[in-house]
Amino acid sequence: MIKVSKPGLQTTVQDKGRIGFYEIGMPPSGAMDQYSYTVANLLVGNQPNAAALEITYLGPELLFEKDMRISLTGGSMPPKINGESVPMWETLAVREGDVLSFDFVKSGARVYLAVEGGIDVPVIMNSRSTYTLIGIGGFQGRPLAAGDVLQTGHMKEKDVPVGSKISDADIPAFGKAHEIRVVVGLCSYRLTEESKQSFLQTEWTVTPEANRIGYRHRGERLQFVERKQPFGAGSNPSNVTDLGYPIGSIQVPDGVEPIVLLHDAVTGGGYATIATVISSDLNRMGQIKTNEKVRFVSVSMIEALQARRETQEKLRRIAASL
Amino acid sequence: MSEKRAILSPLPGVFYRKPSPDKPDYVQEGDSVKAGDIVGLIEVMKNFYEVKVEVDGVIDCFAVENESIVDVDQELVTLK
Repeated sequence: MIKVSKPGLQTTVQDKGRIGFYEIGMPPSGAMDQYSYTVANLLVGNQPNAAALEITYLGPELLFEKDMRISLTGGSMPPKINGESVPMWETLAVREGDVLSFDFVKSGARVYLAVEGGIDVPVIMNSRSTYTLIGIGGFQGRPLAAGDVLQTGHMKEKDVPVGSKISDADIPAFGKAHEIRVVVGLCSYRLTEESKQSFLQTEWTVTPEANRIGYRHRGERLQFVERKQPFGAGSNPSNVTDLGYPIGSIQVPDGVEPIVLLHDAVTGGGYATIATVISSDLNRMGQIKTNEKVRFVSVSMIEALQARRETQEKLRRIAASL
Repeated sequence: MSEKRAILSPLPGVFYRKPSPDKPDYVQEGDSVKAGDIVGLIEVMKNFYEVKVEVDGVIDCFAVENESIVDVDQELVTLK
């Protein structure tokens, strides 16, 4: 059992996500930084889909009511056990009565806490993830609150010794300015050529609304090619007849503030989506904070698939080393 | 003259000096405060975090204005 003394700003139960229901309008939710989440589970010997806590910006204070192994990965938010600093990206032991707390976030935005056996909450549509927008899944469909008591599950599959860690080269570093790779396409034909260039050249600033649903970016106004709007599309030039939204797709309502749709976003709608964040950079997208800078970099589908393979290969190598 | 103690922001977001637009500021420069008193709010992801003083003191000055965008570790207010 883990008792929540302080919940942090937005601490939710997440796993790989609710895969396979997109066509009925159910987004995946799941950890926003899948790389860090996956490594956290590897470090405690869990099955890959064991649920973990996704800690955002301001960490919780948690009281452990039994001995267990834990790990912490993701952005840098210095953790302490009973007030003593402990490392991230390493297998740690906590004993009954220990208290885990965090200092201010130093880099990145989200930390993943994995515990031996995983967090035990009901499985809904193949996942224990919290879908924040609708309020289902995870712990009672909501972020943790003070006084909540979490149970641990039985999804441990191997013993990983305390002190196990991964190579420094495999620990991602997060600065304050981010290059996020995108595949330009889908409805990019709706932008003028000048605005396509502007989209890729502008240093965008993430606004305070950035969350699991989407990240809104402040910068330049983008312009759309003039046309008579087709049947079914709204009157604004940024509207198109409804389409499915890829996870990580970027829409620009009225040309103002590109929004990257993320893990809890709606699955379809009527805004032109002009580019899509490549899957491996979604992990880094989840580690960007409000006020930080983003530049979108155009890559091909071939490059996107290669980046995904590299991430998967890195995770296989880490798994083999633990 | 006692040293000034700064309260830093634990979050990126928007800083508010009042609980809502139609209410007065939580505190003014020169006010006495006790540990645990709220001096402002930070809004991020539509969550509001209460900024509290940790020790008794007197508000010296605010380093940021109401509705300013703030970053982690940014100085918000100092006590004297």
